[in-house]
Amino acid sequence: MFSSITSRLSLAKRHISVFNGRSFLRQFASASAEAVNITLPESSFRTYECDPPSFEMEVTKDELIRMYKEMTAMRRMESAADTLYKSKLIRGFCHLGTGQEAVPVGMKAAITRDDAIITAYRCHGFTWIRGGTIHSILAELMGRKTGISQGKGGSMHMFSKNFYGGNGIVGAQVPVGTGIAFTQKYLETKNATFILYGDGAANQGQVFEAFNMAKLWDLPAIFVCENNFFGMGTAASRSSANPQYYTRGQYIPGLQINGMDVLAVKQACSWAKNWTNNDQGPLVLEMVTYRYGGHSMSDPGTSYRTREEIQHMRSTNDPITGLRKRILDLGIATEADIKQFDKETKAEIDEAVAKAQSDPHPDPEELFTDVYVKGTEPPIIRGREREEFAVMQQ
Amino acid sequence: MRTSRTTTLLLRNFANIVHSRPLIRNRFTHKVFFHATRTILQATGQPPPAEGFLPGVAQSKFIKSTQEEALKNAELANTGVANGETKKMNMFQAINDAMSIALATDETAVVFGEDVAFGGVFRCTLGLAEMFGKDRVFNTPLTEQGIVGFGIGMAAMGHTAIAEIQFADYIFPAFDQLVNEAAKYRYRSGGIFNVAGLTVRSPCSAVGHGGHYHSQSPEAYFTHTPGLIVVMPRSPIQAKGLLLASIRDRNPVIFFEPKILYRAAIEQVPIGDYELPLGKAEILKSGKDVTVIGYGSQIYTLENAIQLAEKDIPGLSCELIDLRSLLPWDVDTVANSVNKTGRLVIAHEAPQTSGFAAEVATNIMERCFLRLEAPIQRVCGFDTPFPLVFEKFYVPDMIKCYDAIKEVVEY
Ligand SMILES: Cc1ncc(C[n+]2csc(CCOP(=O)(O)OP(=O)(O)O)c2C)c(N)n1
Ligand SMILES: [Mg+2]
Repeated sequence: MFSSITSRLSLAKRHISVFNGRSFLRQFASASAEAVNITLPESSFRTYECDPPSFEMEVTKDELIRMYKEMTAMRRMESAADTLYKSKLIRGFCHLGTGQEAVPVGMKAAITRDDAIITAYRCHGFTWIRGGTIHSILAELMGRKTGISQGKGGSMHMFSKNFYGGNGIVGAQVPVGTGIAFTQKYLETKNATFILYGDGAANQGQVFEAFNMAKLWDLPAIFVCENNFFGMGTAASRSSANPQYYTRGQYIPGLQINGMDVLAVKQACSWAKNWTNNDQGPLVLEMVTYRYGGHSMSDPGTSYRTREEIQHMRSTNDPITGLRKRILDLGIATEADIKQFDKETKAEIDEAVAKAQSDPHPDPEELFTDVYVKGTEPPIIRGREREEFAVMQQ
Repeated sequence: MRTSRTTTLLLRNFANIVHSRPLIRNRFTHKVFFHATRTILQATGQPPPAEGFLPGVAQSKFIKSTQEEALKNAELANTGVANGETKKMNMFQAINDAMSIALATDETAVVFGEDVAFGGVFRCTLGLAEMFGKDRVFNTPLTEQGIVGFGIGMAAMGHTAIAEIQFADYIFPAFDQLVNEAAKYRYRSGGIFNVAGLTVRSPCSAVGHGGHYHSQSPEAYFTHTPGLIVVMPRSPIQAKGLLLASIRDRNPVIFFEPKILYRAAIEQVPIGDYELPLGKAEILKSGKDVTVIGYGSQIYTLENAIQLAEKDIPGLSCELIDLRSLLPWDVDTVANSVNKTGRLVIAHEAPQTSGFAAEVATNIMERCFLRLEAPIQRVCGFDTPFPLVFEKFYVPDMIKCYDAIKEVVEY
């Protein structure tokens, strides 16, 4: 994948600083930079108006381990959020990505920090792979000052460098992402914007408006539909006249991907990156995935699908179990190693939870910041007398 | 979590401050409020409870919890349900009941929106698909602009379209359809077409922890649009009667439902078919010194603020009016009241600037200028996005409303 050991190392260093945890350093030191060849199953991709990516891919052993750890950490983070929500430490609307881990993790493995990502409200995993720490995500969820958005937004509102959110209004992020892609093209950088939306969101008019602009101006816009089969309680087949989302760009080539296989996701995203780097214009990727939990914390997720269906997906398609099996089969790590990784991940998440939980809430005056650029706030912003603001500061 | 006796004490002290101690000055109140809240946040590691520091809707004097109280309503006198049966319903059940009657009495009526066939997020359409069939109560794709445009087309054919927009925060993708298409259809076609049968229902306002996108009160964006009717009920009985009137009204109606009341407000609701008048305010409590105006869930906050003020200021008597309809709104009832009291306080959750209170204040200034004893007070949300962690600071809570009443009395 990488041209030299040095670039691999520098990439690895970046990951280490992202995770900010000791265990990852240790892991890197012990894992192997040796590459393995993998043949993806035929069923990994389906194409629309284009040739598929190669089914043959090369990954390093440490990369496989890293992806495993990232997916496990993400799942643990979401399950911590679930617990915190149930103990009322997280308020507001909270959407978990449990089951869908392969999408952000595989994408991250294929792109650079200079590529942009924008997604909807199911955003914790994407925030993390774009440099948000687990602590800053959990702190945001709990409305703490140390949260990635200063604790002011909560679940749907997370942002970091080259990660344009965290967007709560279904579909709104799609034209926004198209504007980001235009700017990349304008700047002549070899970067792309990955614009994520759901199978439900795919029916918003602005998605099609964005498709048209992206193709018209041949932008490096990679539209990524995370098809988890449901938009809230409505099955994709009942919301969409054409649930083959990868074909819905009409004049934009598309690729359907097994989004439960992190390697297929990685391969597809590398391919897509290459496509836009060659100025071939936009693409529509459909990641076929599955959410195990309800739509949000207030939805048990079992009234519109059976428990058996969820159980079946978990036991036959789980992205973590899948990668774990591959790692074991290839003899890259032993059961004992993996147990140890899981233990370390758990400790790390526990630590982040404890820290976030003891962090302070934002100061009340933060209510009035960031509405307008500092220093230009119109006097009306406080809504009542100036006096009140002064009192709050005391 | 460091919950402890300190917390309990703090909470209790704060409750005392809020509920019973006379408040010396505004400055003091605010200071106490912000500091107490901040301390509670820090001590418990938890935000204040969702229901906040206000006594619940359940204790409200305006909630009709017996059949007798429910039927005493003069507006029901000529409706045919005046001597009928009532049933205990919360607000989502009353809304459900209204739609059920609309579907049963009008064979062109259909109900649609995101997930409504399953009952909708707030259960308002529960069981309707089973009762009336999936061709009359159906799920739409996620497409707000499409939903409203589609409803307009149906209504243009003379049918009754009852659309749900899942949250008022998501009505904005449909803004164009509502403002440019629905509101102007009759006008721009010179009366050849209209969308008389269109009603758009949508849950609005604060719930305690809704954050930026599940809490907004966008009514004023629509009251700025001639051609629309805008309604917001305060209780189950009101919701049922006003919704039936809205569905049958010969103009497009936007019906905002304060979501915090769906389960919290429970009344004995007449089971029959009745309508309550649109464009008509209701005087909930008469008084002689201050007119206090609100709508939706704000009514209960105002009720408490009035209670506190009347207890605090001996002899004070406040008049409370629920506007119910915001476009058109009942200027006469409000002006008559202010001509009597000489003082006006208006409260709503939406931001103050260009909010609905501004419209009320201007009209009353025009109609009652010589009778006003004090500047009209607006108690509104701050001019910021609706916050998640700071909801309690943001909303025009009882203390702020109390302050405003006191302000006009002592002016
Ligand atoms: C404009 C708008 N309409 C409705 C909603 C409420 N809502 C939030 S998520 C959602 C379903 C979206 O489904 P999908 O796009 O498939 O994404 P998923 O939740 O499956 O990740 C709905 C209806 C919203 N947030 N914004
Ligand atoms: Mg979906």
